[in-house]
Amino acid sequence: MTGVQVAAPTDAELAEVALTRSEYAHLATSLGREPNRLELGIVGALWSEHCSYKTSKPLLGSLPTKGPRVLQGPGENAGAVDIGHGLACVFKIESHNHPSAIEPYQGAATGVGGILRDIFTMGARPIALLDSLRFGPLDEPHQRHLFDGVVAGIGGYGNCIGVPTVGGELYFDESYRTNCLVNAMCVGVVEHGRMMRAIASGPGNLVLLVGADTGRDGIHGASFASVVLDASSAARRPAVQVGNPFLEKCLMEACLELAGDPRVVAMQDLGAAGLCGSTAELAHRGGCGIEVDVARASRRETGMTPYEVMLSESQERMLIVARPGDVRSLQQVFERWDLHSDVVGVILEEPRFIVRDNLDQVCDIPLDILVDGAPLRGAPGPRPPRSHPSGFAVGQETAALGTPSWTPGEALLALLGSPNLGSRTQVYRRYDHQLGDATVVLPGGDAALVRVDNTSMGLALATDGNARYASLDAKRGAMIAVCEAARNVVATGARPLAITNCLNFANPEQAEVWWDLHDAIDGVGEACRALEIPVVSGNVSLYNDTGGTGIDPTVVIGMVGLIDDVAGRCTAGFSAEGDLIALVGPIEAELDGSEYQRLTQGMNRGDPPKLDIDLERRVHSFVLDAIAAGLLHSAHDCAEGGIAVALAESCLLGDIAASVGIDELDQRRDPDQIEGLIWREAGILFGESQSRFLISFAGEALVRLHELAGRHSVPLRGLGSVGGERLCVTGCIDVPLGAVRRAHEGALIERE
Amino acid sequence: MRFGIAVFPGTWSDRDCKHAVELAGQDAVMLWHKDRDLRGADCVILPGGFAYGDYLRAGAVARFAPLMESVIEFANNGGLVWGICNGFQILAEAHLLPGALTRNASLEYRCAATWLRVESTQTAYTSACELGSVLQIPVSHGEGRYVADEETLDELERNQRVVFRYVARDGSLVGDASPNGSMRDIAGIVNERGNVLGMMPHPERACEELLGSADGLRLFGSVAKTLAGNRVVPVAAVL
Repeated sequence: MTGVQVAAPTDAELAEVALTRSEYAHLATSLGREPNRLELGIVGALWSEHCSYKTSKPLLGSLPTKGPRVLQGPGENAGAVDIGHGLACVFKIESHNHPSAIEPYQGAATGVGGILRDIFTMGARPIALLDSLRFGPLDEPHQRHLFDGVVAGIGGYGNCIGVPTVGGELYFDESYRTNCLVNAMCVGVVEHGRMMRAIASGPGNLVLLVGADTGRDGIHGASFASVVLDASSAARRPAVQVGNPFLEKCLMEACLELAGDPRVVAMQDLGAAGLCGSTAELAHRGGCGIEVDVARASRRETGMTPYEVMLSESQERMLIVARPGDVRSLQQVFERWDLHSDVVGVILEEPRFIVRDNLDQVCDIPLDILVDGAPLRGAPGPRPPRSHPSGFAVGQETAALGTPSWTPGEALLALLGSPNLGSRTQVYRRYDHQLGDATVVLPGGDAALVRVDNTSMGLALATDGNARYASLDAKRGAMIAVCEAARNVVATGARPLAITNCLNFANPEQAEVWWDLHDAIDGVGEACRALEIPVVSGNVSLYNDTGGTGIDPTVVIGMVGLIDDVAGRCTAGFSAEGDLIALVGPIEAELDGSEYQRLTQGMNRGDPPKLDIDLERRVHSFVLDAIAAGLLHSAHDCAEGGIAVALAESCLLGDIAASVGIDELDQRRDPDQIEGLIWREAGILFGESQSRFLISFAGEALVRLHELAGRHSVPLRGLGSVGGERLCVTGCIDVPLGAVRRAHEGALIERE
Repeated sequence: MRFGIAVFPGTWSDRDCKHAVELAGQDAVMLWHKDRDLRGADCVILPGGFAYGDYLRAGAVARFAPLMESVIEFANNGGLVWGICNGFQILAEAHLLPGALTRNASLEYRCAATWLRVESTQTAYTSACELGSVLQIPVSHGEGRYVADEETLDELERNQRVVFRYVARDGSLVGDASPNGSMRDIAGIVNERGNVLGMMPHPERACEELLGSADGLRLFGSVAKTLAGNRVVPVAAVL
């Protein structure tokens, strides 16, 4: 240290590194001295919400993370589960919300680049990407700009690096007008013996920085992601990184060549908080220390200070720890890919984080203070009373709503043509979704199914997260997100293996938001325990709030399921004329929180759909058994838009119509109760009750299916049959399939 | 038969091409961009991807790779050189094929199923296909709009050098459903001798019914058959 006495930082300086005055005091006490400005910046980055999880960490401990197949739970770059044949599936989801709100193309592109690095850092070859996106109303030009930029950025990065984007979801809602959400998930596969860890060891081992040169881009990215956005946020554009997918492709191939190589002691990618975040985590996991000399890092620009080098979030960089004798031979591997590498540091025995600028030592902080020292944050206040404005409450207050102004047929076409339920073709055709000769079920159905190389196994992949439910009831919404993602996977015939989650919330310093986060984590945990699906990785994105307007609690679940033989898969589209159609699960008339409620009432109120988690589990078992027995020709998760929309989707995917009748709809219409009945009719058609699948099968399978349903105690009722060119629901809907298709396909097209 | 598959930095269809070649019962060897050795390949595939990042223009840098010197010499001696997607772009940049691939008319990337009508069976790549048959083979590109001057286009048509044309599923004109707005709906062409093929669609992604189509296998099969039938590449004679 230079030994010069440092003055306490000003409020403005603390704001710049996103530390509070009390956190600063805690730091000074822990250190036993005032930190210098570089140390302050480094601590600010590592104590940011983004890196330290200081708000969410006390809550996340309740999640179930263990299971017989779990090879790696949370704490590494990504989670890993055993899929048999000596292979592991490595996966994680991560947010890149804040950068995407400022610069949608690069924000989304580098989000994809970041999650890819998390996977190949573990030695796994990325085989699929998924993206969960949220924007404000699509008819607003700025939202269209964000949507278009994000989709282009995801495609720009994924297509260029050559990893297929096979799925994801997309919602538009008022609550994302000032804070769009971009959550990217990556899935990779690796042989057990080649899995890499980011745990440094061996004092005296050297630290190689590989890949891109270090520039001034992305400085303070981690802190930036940990504060609310405001009018000055656009001026933070330098905090958004720029991606180079070509460079990452070379880095990926070089790193995969080294997967399982004994010369590599540890591998760690550079993400949030750049060099300081990655070196500190790497050393801390191994219980050792690290010394970094910033003068040795190749730079893109001249005149960079140690502070800038340490905090730069330049993309496409990787750290390798190796014994001194192996460094040269490892560098040759990178040189073959024309990648630059510098020895920038050394592993220390003592757990200290030391930064030098050539001969000057400019930072010396105990690692436990840096990585684990951030004061954790508890509830900012008691649980606020929740006002629950009533919603549809079918049969009681429906009269007050008047008669619906939509006929069921009109409502169906309007829902299918709405941005939330319409066809996603316009999005996924901009992503390469077939690269790798592995995509057995293409995007557009429930879950994508990707074959594992050199095996008959398939991984079913889905993301899900309905924030309308979570905004009405965070816990139930989170539970439904888990169940819904599981249903998507189950519909292909795959058994859910594990999840990764991305918890997107507003400002947790507000009691309501904090308690929503608390309840949502509680819900994820409860659903996962009941369904025996462990959580192996995840990400928390807080402060999705601009000028006091926060997003609805958005729990995005990324689910991976496994099917032993892709030949036994099931798809969502009806396949044969004359097949019978049945509904698995309950018929209720639950319209609160539904897309129908949004369409007809322009609101989101009431009590979200009920969830019987034990029924949910039984329904999954029934569908999996039925698919495994070869009884089903199609299985489709019945979700947003209810039975009517699920029916239309199965028709569209199979390019064949259907005629059904639902007993509950045939009640005689008593003129005195007509309004209540019409709402009930809407509830049955468009209500979003949970734990349901729409299935089709040959008539001969009927008896066995009823027997199976009885054994699993699952409601199963026949609805009708596949065939014809018109979608008919007796007594209420009769529309040509062509009109259904036109409505569905036009949903995302920009209107003049 | 031995297929050599070029690997430039940024190439990503190399593994898929190897998979397809092996499904067709043939051998595959990878050819590193810094090497000049074609490793005894009977047919060289330039696969899809973003070689050298496709910075500047797609294929503009790759044509100068050391490997390309050998590939150009091999092509000039009548060897089979098959450019797929990015490979077609590289062949156009290397002037082994006329015309250019520009940004899709939609100005967007397109990954979708397309249907190709076989316009010539007088090539090593289509010898096992039926003239006028329709193959389902997907595309995945942002710059696949084939453009050339009228004179070149006429000459290509006259000499049956247009090998594949985008059509609708039933073989009718593709119209607005063209994935990229190529002139005359051209999806693939050969050089004058017929030994160099460039095509934007990805036959290596259409070699298994499980993945939606096995039509691409016919192209790999054609090459194997042609090479097996006559170790001297015969295509120049028929054109």
